[in-house]
Amino acid sequence: MRTLAGKLAGLVLTLVVGGLLGATLVRLAPGADVDEREQDARLSEASLAALRRENAAPDGVVSFYAGYLGRLIAGDFGKSRGTGQPVREILAERAPLTLRSAGFGYLLAWVGGLALALLLAGLRSSWLDVVGAGAAGLLLSLPAACIGFVALWTGIGLEWAVGAVLFPKIFLFSSALLGNLYGRPHVLQALAKGLSSARILVFHVLWPAVPELAALAGATTGLAFGAAIPLEVVCDSPGLGQLAWQAATARDLPVLVALTLLVTLVVKTSDILAELVRSGLRESRA
Amino acid sequence: MKTGIRRTALGVLATLALAAAGAGYLAPAPYDRQFREEPNAPCSRRFPLGTDELGRDRLSRLLYGARVSLLLAPSAALLATVAAALAGGAAGWLGGWTDRALMSGANLVLAMPWMFLLIAVRAALPLNVDPGVSLAVTVVLLGGLGWVPAARALRAGMLRLVRSDFLLQARAAGCGTARLFFVHALPNTKGLLAAQFWTAVPLFLLAEANLSLLGLGVAEPMPSLGNLLRELESFHHVRSQPVVLAPLVVLVALVTCCQLAFPAREEGMR
Amino acid sequence: MIRCLVALGVLVLSGLAAGEELRFCLRADPKTFDPALVADEYSFAVQYLTGGVLVRFNRRTQAMEPELATSWKVDQGGRRITLQLRQGVRFSDGTPFTAQDVIYTIRRLLDPALHSPIGDSFRSGAGELRAESKRPDQVVLTFPAPVVNLERLLDQVFVQSATSPLKEKAGLGPFVLKEYKTGAQLLFARNPQYWKRDKQGRALPYADGVRLSIQANRETELLRFERGEIDLINTLDTRLYDRLQKEMPRAVADLGPGLDSEFVWFNQAPGSPLPAYKKKWFTSAAFRRAVSGAINRADLCRLALNGHAVPAAGPISPANQAWFNRDLKPHAFDPKGSLQMLEKAGFRKGPGGLTDSEGHRVEFSLVTNAGNPARARLASLLEQDLAQLGIKINIVTLDMPSLLERISRTADYEACLLGFVNTDVDPNGHMNVLLSSASNHPWNPKQAKPATPWEAEIDALMQAQAGLADARQRKAKFDRVQRILWEQTPIVYLLHKNYLVAVSPNLQGADPRPLAPQTYWNIEWIAPSGTRTISQR
Repeated sequence: MRTLAGKLAGLVLTLVVGGLLGATLVRLAPGADVDEREQDARLSEASLAALRRENAAPDGVVSFYAGYLGRLIAGDFGKSRGTGQPVREILAERAPLTLRSAGFGYLLAWVGGLALALLLAGLRSSWLDVVGAGAAGLLLSLPAACIGFVALWTGIGLEWAVGAVLFPKIFLFSSALLGNLYGRPHVLQALAKGLSSARILVFHVLWPAVPELAALAGATTGLAFGAAIPLEVVCDSPGLGQLAWQAATARDLPVLVALTLLVTLVVKTSDILAELVRSGLRESRA
Repeated sequence: MKTGIRRTALGVLATLALAAAGAGYLAPAPYDRQFREEPNAPCSRRFPLGTDELGRDRLSRLLYGARVSLLLAPSAALLATVAAALAGGAAGWLGGWTDRALMSGANLVLAMPWMFLLIAVRAALPLNVDPGVSLAVTVVLLGGLGWVPAARALRAGMLRLVRSDFLLQARAAGCGTARLFFVHALPNTKGLLAAQFWTAVPLFLLAEANLSLLGLGVAEPMPSLGNLLRELESFHHVRSQPVVLAPLVVLVALVTCCQLAFPAREEGMR
Repeated sequence: MIRCLVALGVLVLSGLAAGEELRFCLRADPKTFDPALVADEYSFAVQYLTGGVLVRFNRRTQAMEPELATSWKVDQGGRRITLQLRQGVRFSDGTPFTAQDVIYTIRRLLDPALHSPIGDSFRSGAGELRAESKRPDQVVLTFPAPVVNLERLLDQVFVQSATSPLKEKAGLGPFVLKEYKTGAQLLFARNPQYWKRDKQGRALPYADGVRLSIQANRETELLRFERGEIDLINTLDTRLYDRLQKEMPRAVADLGPGLDSEFVWFNQAPGSPLPAYKKKWFTSAAFRRAVSGAINRADLCRLALNGHAVPAAGPISPANQAWFNRDLKPHAFDPKGSLQMLEKAGFRKGPGGLTDSEGHRVEFSLVTNAGNPARARLASLLEQDLAQLGIKINIVTLDMPSLLERISRTADYEACLLGFVNTDVDPNGHMNVLLSSASNHPWNPKQAKPATPWEAEIDALMQAQAGLADARQRKAKFDRVQRILWEQTPIVYLLHKNYLVAVSPNLQGADPRPLAPQTYWNIEWIAPSGTRTISQR
C-alpha cells in the first residue's frame, strides 16, 4: 500500500515537472510570441501593436505555470490560443478517436506480435524465423507516414495502421526474448526429457518472460501515441495526434501543455501498472 | 542455411553502404543538377531511374540520399544505445531512488512534445550552417530522444541479472561492486544492447523519413531517403511511375538486412 | 447575364422537391466565428455561408450589387455613404433586421479595442464615425476622412444583430451553422429566414445544407472528389489539377492568374545582425536587379507549377485589370547581363564563385516555410539559377512561427521566399506593405523616416493616391509605384499562380471565378447533385 502511495506521489511530481518543462520549451521556442494574423495587410499599426502585446510572453514561465496549475486543479485547462475554444472541450472532442485507434492498434499489435513470436519460438524452424523476421522487417522499414498513406489509399481504419507500426517492435522483441529462453539449458533439458511443450511454454518460457514483456507493454503505450501523430497528420484524422501537430506549429501553449500532461499521465500510469505486475510476480515467486 | 542468409544480408548491406559511400563516383550526375528540359522523364539509359519533377536524376539522388541516411541513423542509434546502457543499466543495477529518478526522467523524455523540440532546435540553428553540422545536430537530437525504450528494456534485463545465480555467486566470492557491474553485469547485456542497437538503426532511418515527410528533415536540395519518399505522397504518382518506389525499396532492404544480418535472438542474453 | 443563366437553371430545377447537401473541404479549422475578426480563409468561408452583407462585389461582373442594401450613394468625396435597406428581412433566429443592426455592426468593427482587420481597412483618419438613421430603412455613415472604395469594403462586412440573444450566431446569410466538430467537419442547414428568392419566387438557397469537411491533405481531398464525396475544390495543386484533367476534364477549370504572388526579398534592415558586407549587397539596387535578371521565370512557372502560373513583373497581377501597369514586363532572363551588372558594381566571378569587391564569397541563406511543396521547388530552382552566377544559396525551411519571428522580430535572416495572398484588387490593399513606416514593410520595416529617396517617393505616391477620388489619377500614381518597384527591385517578384478549381459536373449554377471564394461565391444559387434526376426529365 505504501509503495502504491509513493508511486502516486511520483506520478503527480512527474506530471508537474513534465508540464513545467513542456511549458518552458514552448515559451522559449522561436516564434512563441508570433501570430500569423500579424501578416494581415489590412491591420493598422495600432491593431498590430495590440496583437503583439496580446501574444507577448506572460510575466514568466513559472508564474504562468503556477497560475495555470491553480486553474487546472479547479478543472480549467484554459483556452486554445488559435481558436479561443476551451482546451477541455477540444480534448474531449478529440480524445475518443485517438484512444480508439491507439487502443485497438495496441491490442492488435500485441495479439498479433506475441502470438506469432510464440508460434515461431515453439516451432523452432529457422526458415519460418527468417520469414517472420522478414515480414516484421518489412513493416518496420515502412515509415509511419507511409503506412498512413497506405491506410489512406485503402481506406482501412487507423487502428490497423497503429497496429502495423507497433507489431514489428513487439514481435521482434518478444521473439528474441522467447527464443533466448527456449535456448536455455534447463529448457533444452526439459525438451530432451520430453516434457509437454505446452508445459514448457507456460512455465519455463512465458512465465519468466513476463517482467520484460510488462516493461515492453509500458514502453509500447507511449509508442502507440507517438505513432498517432504522423498517422493522424497524414490521414487528416481529427484526433489528439493531429492536435499536437497543429498546436506545435501554432505555438498553442495551453493545448500543448495539456497534451504533455495527458501523455505523461498515460505513459506513467502504464509504467506503474507494469511495475505493479512485476512486483506482484516477485512476491508470488518469493 | 542461417549463415547463408546472414551472409547474403551482410553482402547486400555492404553493397548498399559501398554504393552510398561511393556516390561521388557512381552517380551519373550531381544530386542537384537539374535537367530542366526533361522533368519527370521515364527510365532510360541516360536516367536509369528517370528524373524527378525538376529534372534531377533519381539514381544520383538515391545514392546521395542513402549516404545521408546511412550516416545519420547508425550514429543516432549508437548514441541512443550508449545512453540507454548507462541510464537503463544504472537504474536496474542500483535500484531504489536512482532507479526511480532515472525512470521518471525517461518518462518525461517520452512525454515531451519531441516533435516540437525538433522544430524549435531546427529553427534556432544559425541559417548558414554547413549541412554536416545540421546533420550532426539531428543525430544528437534523435539519439537524445530515442534512448528511452532501449533503457527500459535494459533496466528490465539488468533487474533479472541482479537476481541471477551467477552474480550472487560472484558477490559471495567477494567481487567488488564496480567490477561486478562492468565485468560481469554489463557485458552480459551485450546481446540485449546489440539487439537494441539494431532495432534502433531502422527506427532512426524511419524517424528521419517521418521528419522529412512532415517537411522538417534534411533541407533541399540535399537528398535523404526520407526526403525522396515524399514522392510517394501521391498514390497516382506511384501508380503511373512505380520507379518512385526505389527509395522505399532501398529503405526496406536496409532495414530488413539489418534484421537478418544481426538477428537479436542469436546473441540474446545468456 | 448571370441572372438569365441562373433563371434558366431554375427552370430546370423547378420540379425539384428537395435539394441536397453541398459538400466541400476546408484545409483547416476556422480560427474565429466572430464576423468582425475574420482574417483567415476558413473563418471567411463560414461567414460567407452564414452572414449577410449590405453590398456584394459580384465576382463575375466585378461590379457592386445590392444585397441587404437595395441602393447606396457615396458622396462628400468618399466620406459619406447613404444606404437604403431592404425591408422585411429577418435574422436566422427571427429577429428583424433594422438600421440599428447596421450601425451596431459598423460601430463594433471600428471599436479601437477590438482590432478588427476589416475595421482597420475603414480607418482612414483620426476621429469618430457618425452613424445616423433618420428613417428605419435608411442608414447614413459619415467617416472622419474619405475612405477609398467605401462600398467595395462593405463586401467584407457581415451584418450582426444588435438585439438578438444569439449574438453573432444569428446571421443573415443563406445558411446557419448547425454543428461543428473541431478538426472534423462543419454542418450547415439552410436558413429558413433567408430573404433571397429566385425568379419563380422559390426561396434560396437551392441546397438544403452544406457540409464542410476539414481536410488538410490535398491528395485525400482529390480522392474524395473523384469518389463523388465532395462537390468542389477551391484551389487545386498544379499536379493534382493535371491529374484530374486527364480523368475528369469536364470537372476542372484553370481560371488564369489570380491576384496572389510569390516573391523573394532581401533583408535591408539596418538593425539586423548581418555582417556589414552582406548589408551592402542587399541594399545595392544593382545586386538585387542582377539577381532578378538571373532568374528564369519561365522555368519557374513551367517546372514548379506545371505551367499554371505567369511570370510576375511586380506586386500587381495582370488579372487585376484595373490597376496592373501594362508598360512593365517581368525582368528578362539574362544571366550575362546580370553578370555585367554585378561586375560593374565591383563583384567578380572566379572559379570559386562570385566574390564582392572586398573578396567575400557571395553566399546567403534563403528561408521559406515548410510544408509548401511548390515553394520548395521554387527554392531549388532559384538555387540552381543563381549558382550559374556563382552565387551560393543555402535553402532553409522553417515552420511558420519561427519564420515570422525572424522576418518580423529579430530581422535575423538574409533572404526570404514567401507569397502574398491578395484578396483586394485595390492598391490600398498594399498600403501596409509598401509604406516604409509599416510593420509589414518586408525588407526594412518600421522606418522612422524613409531610408532611401525611392521609398520616400513610394510613401508619398501611396498616400496621395489614397486621398484621390478620381480613379484615373490614382492609377497614374500607382503606375509610378509599380515602376519604382520594378526599377529598384526591393522585392524580386517571381510569378502569379493560376487559380485551379474543380467543380463536380453534377452541380448546377456554379460559376467559378478567379476571386475568392472562387467556386462558391454564388453559393445560394448552386444546386447539388440531386438535380441529376431533374435534368433527366
